[in-house]
Amino acid sequence: MATQHTRTLGRMAVAPSVLALFLWMIVPLGMTIYFSFLRYNLLDPGNESFIGLVNYKYFLSDPAFLSALGNSLKIVGSVLAISIIGGVILALLLDQAIYGRSFVRLMVIAPFFVMPTVSALVWKNMMMHPVQGVLAWLSQTFGLEPIDWFTHHPLLAVIIIVAWQWLPFATLILLTALQSMDEEQKEAAEMDGTPPLSYFRYMVVPHLARPITVVVLIETIFLLNVFAEIYVTGSGGRAGNMPYLVYFQGLLNFDVGGASAGGIIAVILANIVAFFLMRMIGKNLEG
Amino acid sequence: MARAVPKSRRWLMTIIAWAIAFVIFFPILWTIITSFKTEGDAVLSPPDLLTAGWTTESYGVVQDRSNYFKFAMNSVMLALGSTAFALLLAIPAAWAMAFAPGKRTKDLLMWMLSTKMMPPVGALIPIYLIFRDLHLLDTRGGIITVLMLLNLPIIIWMLYTYFKEIPGEILEASRMDGASVGKELIYVLAPMAIPGIASTVLLNVILAWNEAFWTLSLTTKNAAPLTQFIASYSSPEGLFWAKLSAASTMAIAPILVLGWFAQKQLVRGLTFGAVK
Repeated sequence: MATQHTRTLGRMAVAPSVLALFLWMIVPLGMTIYFSFLRYNLLDPGNESFIGLVNYKYFLSDPAFLSALGNSLKIVGSVLAISIIGGVILALLLDQAIYGRSFVRLMVIAPFFVMPTVSALVWKNMMMHPVQGVLAWLSQTFGLEPIDWFTHHPLLAVIIIVAWQWLPFATLILLTALQSMDEEQKEAAEMDGTPPLSYFRYMVVPHLARPITVVVLIETIFLLNVFAEIYVTGSGGRAGNMPYLVYFQGLLNFDVGGASAGGIIAVILANIVAFFLMRMIGKNLEG
Repeated sequence: MARAVPKSRRWLMTIIAWAIAFVIFFPILWTIITSFKTEGDAVLSPPDLLTAGWTTESYGVVQDRSNYFKFAMNSVMLALGSTAFALLLAIPAAWAMAFAPGKRTKDLLMWMLSTKMMPPVGALIPIYLIFRDLHLLDTRGGIITVLMLLNLPIIIWMLYTYFKEIPGEILEASRMDGASVGKELIYVLAPMAIPGIASTVLLNVILAWNEAFWTLSLTTKNAAPLTQFIASYSSPEGLFWAKLSAASTMAIAPILVLGWFAQKQLVRGLTFGAVK
């Protein structure tokens, strides 16, 4: 169908995007790899020297690395769990015949549109402040001791903030998927008096398998890179993840070599995750 | 088509849904309410809604103190600039992949998606140094380029799924009638493609507006958008909750409105067309 002419034209049309993305990927990556083998500190310019794998050795043996890696995984894992489980429940609820459904839906998805620096600061100050925050006031109302979130549970606080942003996303995707389900099928199931559990097992689960895969893929990409919520709330010391650690090494400690080694390790880890995700999604999207 | 549901069950579900929605929406609602309080009232615990003296003065203070409009202008320029730039590259690419697919089109699309998997920290240091050497740090042009590249894969994917839905026969018919490629684009393709392009623009504006990693690391003052503006409130300074709330409300309001309109497109764009 496509003639030689259109094919050439097609290549020319695709080329700029491919070239731009290729450069965007390969140039910084190449430079990061190169820097990671250098002793290179921004405070000591002109004294770069090749030091082999020393940066990697330091970065990997730094206790901050293990803690950052752990925090990264904890953030991804818990936010995924919260948003998938919560998202399925909320989507099922919002798919019911309820009054004012579109308004409820608007309220539920709103947090997803809030910029990360805003949600971080609003939560840190007005919600989680140990004395004047809304949560502290609620605790006192119920006779409980208010929690000093960012002093005692910085990671949990970050997870709550991030989950607040991503639960709406999962809900939105899963609800959209549920609503594309055949209305007559739902009705038939209801008329037949299908027990809720069988309804869930045989109708909802198969229908949601694919959208859930998509949610897992997309959230993982974004959650591995959570940064603003940690940076702005000043909880990088104890709740810092891989992106924060690399930022800290490079732009606050000026250690380009060490930060680059960290960046490469982050890339490798992300690729391991991506490899499995792409296989999973590839299978799921083909069908 | 409403299903036949007993009234009592319908009311029960309604109450549960509204309660949960209220809890989820509460931080935003609270921010908006606090922005109209005085600084003294804002920190009262328990909060006092009845006797509070409502005021809009925080909005004025925020503008005077830190020049809100300069940051807002930067946000608008970065969001629109990066979107326009990305469309320039993405429309031809998506058009070609949708209408003249080759053997490797699917692989190419997957590869583009995979560039999104690359964590930004892997590129942060070199980009920072390149920008420093080319004097691009804290310039609109520099950050627009980064945001463009960041969202290009999503834009191409989204346009591709929209373009794919345009029936190829129409193009063939117009070609048979002797329409040139240019005419084909303007008279046949454009009217059918514009809704898809509009949705793509909407999604990209939202993503660019809220992008925080690169805008926080590469801007300081001149090109700093609202993400940076809000971050300047991260070091507490006396009573500042009303001001923080006013600033936050102004920073999220435009996108909240856009986002509410763009729900459907958002689902499609962010799931790469897998969920519609």
